[in-house]
Amino acid sequence: MEEIRNYTMNFGPQHPAAHGVLRLILEMDGEVVMRADPHIGLLHRGTEKLAESKPFNQSIGYMDRLDYVSMMCNEHAYVRAVEKLVGIEAPQRAQYIRTLFDEITRILNHLMWIGSNALDLGAMAVFLYAFREREELMDCYEGVSGARMHATYYRPGGVYRDLPERMPNYHASPWHKGADLKRLNQWRQGSMLDFLDAFSEDFPRKVDEYEELLTNNRIWKQRTVGIGVVSPEQARAWGMSGPMLRGSGIAWDLRKKQPYAAYADVDFDIPVGANGDCYDRYLVRVAEMRQSNRIIRQCVDWLRRNPGPVMLESHKIIPPHRAEMKNDMEALIHHFKLFTEGYSVPEGEVYSAVEAPKGEFGVYMISDGANKPFRVKLRAPGFVHLSSMDEIVRGHMLADVVAMIGTYDVVFGEIDR
Amino acid sequence: MLADLLLVLWTLIKILAIVLPLVIAVAMFVYWERKVLGWMHVRMGPNQVGPLGLLQAFADVVKLLIKEIVVPTNASRFLFFLAPMLALVPALAAWAVIPFGDGVVLSNANAGILYLLAMTSLGVYGIIIAGWASNSRYAMLGAMRSAAQVVSYELAMGLALVCVLVLAGSLNLSDIVRAQQGGLLHWFWLPLLPMVVVYFVSGVAETNRAPFDVAEGESEIVAGFHVEYSGAAFALFFLAEYANMILVSFLTPIFFFGGWMSPFPAGWGAIGDGSFFWLLAKAFLVSFLFLWFRASFPRYRYDQIMRLGWKVFIPIALLWVLVAGCLKYFHIVTPGA
Repeated sequence: MEEIRNYTMNFGPQHPAAHGVLRLILEMDGEVVMRADPHIGLLHRGTEKLAESKPFNQSIGYMDRLDYVSMMCNEHAYVRAVEKLVGIEAPQRAQYIRTLFDEITRILNHLMWIGSNALDLGAMAVFLYAFREREELMDCYEGVSGARMHATYYRPGGVYRDLPERMPNYHASPWHKGADLKRLNQWRQGSMLDFLDAFSEDFPRKVDEYEELLTNNRIWKQRTVGIGVVSPEQARAWGMSGPMLRGSGIAWDLRKKQPYAAYADVDFDIPVGANGDCYDRYLVRVAEMRQSNRIIRQCVDWLRRNPGPVMLESHKIIPPHRAEMKNDMEALIHHFKLFTEGYSVPEGEVYSAVEAPKGEFGVYMISDGANKPFRVKLRAPGFVHLSSMDEIVRGHMLADVVAMIGTYDVVFGEIDR
Repeated sequence: MLADLLLVLWTLIKILAIVLPLVIAVAMFVYWERKVLGWMHVRMGPNQVGPLGLLQAFADVVKLLIKEIVVPTNASRFLFFLAPMLALVPALAAWAVIPFGDGVVLSNANAGILYLLAMTSLGVYGIIIAGWASNSRYAMLGAMRSAAQVVSYELAMGLALVCVLVLAGSLNLSDIVRAQQGGLLHWFWLPLLPMVVVYFVSGVAETNRAPFDVAEGESEIVAGFHVEYSGAAFALFFLAEYANMILVSFLTPIFFFGGWMSPFPAGWGAIGDGSFFWLLAKAFLVSFLFLWFRASFPRYRYDQIMRLGWKVFIPIALLWVLVAGCLKYFHIVTPGA
């Protein structure tokens, strides 16, 4: 008698649910997955190696391109590593701006995630609703840095510039007209803080809207409850972090456990799940969006009341203002030195981590005292999560693999680096 | 002899009079679907080709027809081309017994429901053959899913129709509509309310539409059974899917909502009279539900669909066959009164 064999299926790298370039070799018994073998490396750009050949500041832009849906959080980890090595600390206003933008980034990331996860499971509407709000926050990125995604806004010693005094308005176009245009511009009459105030006032209602479509939807529950259960032990053993860990009921959050920036001064909660399935992770992320919104409101309030410098004035690390260069010889020399050679960093090694939206994003850096890092190692949460794929999806059906990829929130920029 | 020839010619003209508007209706329905999805998704939908984007569907047809049909190297060529035709022919043939108005029907067959069930079941062969002939694992998975799904929902659908024919006492579709005479409250939706749901949801599942679109499941198996099809061959599958969808949209009012009859009392003049436009209006409302589902629901998993079909719908339908029998036996519902 002929032996019955499982068959292998090549899932990706060109696949609508592969979230980029994930390639899964699935060994299937009918619809049931017997083994999942993730293949990575198709988006490898050698970021870590590139960083070794550039002055410290020139690598900030590469960090944006790692996890390209949570850009500023990556920058934050890198910038903090450099700051730690040099031994400087950004001014308090800069810390608050960083906190503000870290949370904006978290909302950006979770909006992207809720949309694409819903789309993976067949619910189209949430995706487009989430992108509507993403667009508003992208405007904040653009307002402070001129770029919608790859901002390079955080610098060692602070942030590149203070928040703008006025938000750019929309012009009438076939896509924005009438009442829609009026509403868009109504929020954009004042400064960026006014805009964020209006946005964060409205945002909880938008989250309600997404939840309306998903949270109590029977089909959504059938597709996520009990799917991809990660036990707390497994989560720890695999080194998971972020919502993957908190979904399993472990209240670990670097913002609380090792506060950085202004997180010690703002009030927020860590949402945790109970069962560690896809549904709990969904709830955790939705709750995190609400918490981020809370932090944004506190930061906006603080930033309104406390004007001040957003960058240190030590010109051995931080370039002087352009206007100063025109009259001041010292400033010109500093400028020239910083933009040709960069700055040298004391010998030593450092690990700095932030709570990125996907989990713990860390930068391990060794300096040999030169103007470039000797070695940079990036700890990407997605890489760690993806490696548990086989263990988690074994015995699930093909459609659950898609749900699982969605709930891992993989972004290949950071996994392949 | 001449009379026979004339009859053939006359029938051909009638067939054309159904198929041509149907094909155009499919094109417009695709446009309407994209517009409705756009509105529900805070975006615009097609608005570039022609006024308000109305010609988008026709532009798509032209594009599909002039595209190359790529046949995978290891595909079974004959079956590969047979499959789309096998999918389309029953989808169109089923329209032969649809009564568009009182006496306006291509074939007033007495076994209309049987014919319909036969035709809609045949469509699945096109899908299975397409999945097998493509020699692709994605296509194969899609075909398997589709086969299992259509077979299970055929049962629930058939049982729902048994209730209808018990009440109407006829398999002829025109007679079924006539049996619902007497206004809104005499239509079969009232005594058969759960069957309306079972029938329509089964219809959605039969046509492989969201949230039961696991056979295509674009985020799982990319496009399922037609993943290897391009150009005109793909267009045929597309046409078949939409023709089937419009068919279910017409059948639901015919079986449960009084077909061509007006919801208003007969004394109200023109709007009280039954006409094709009432059927069209009802079908339009039903077809809107297809779009609404697609815009808002997540997709079921394959085994969950099976569970819904076998463990929920079939028992309910079986029970309601009994209820319908009682309603009829004790003269609680009398057809045509």
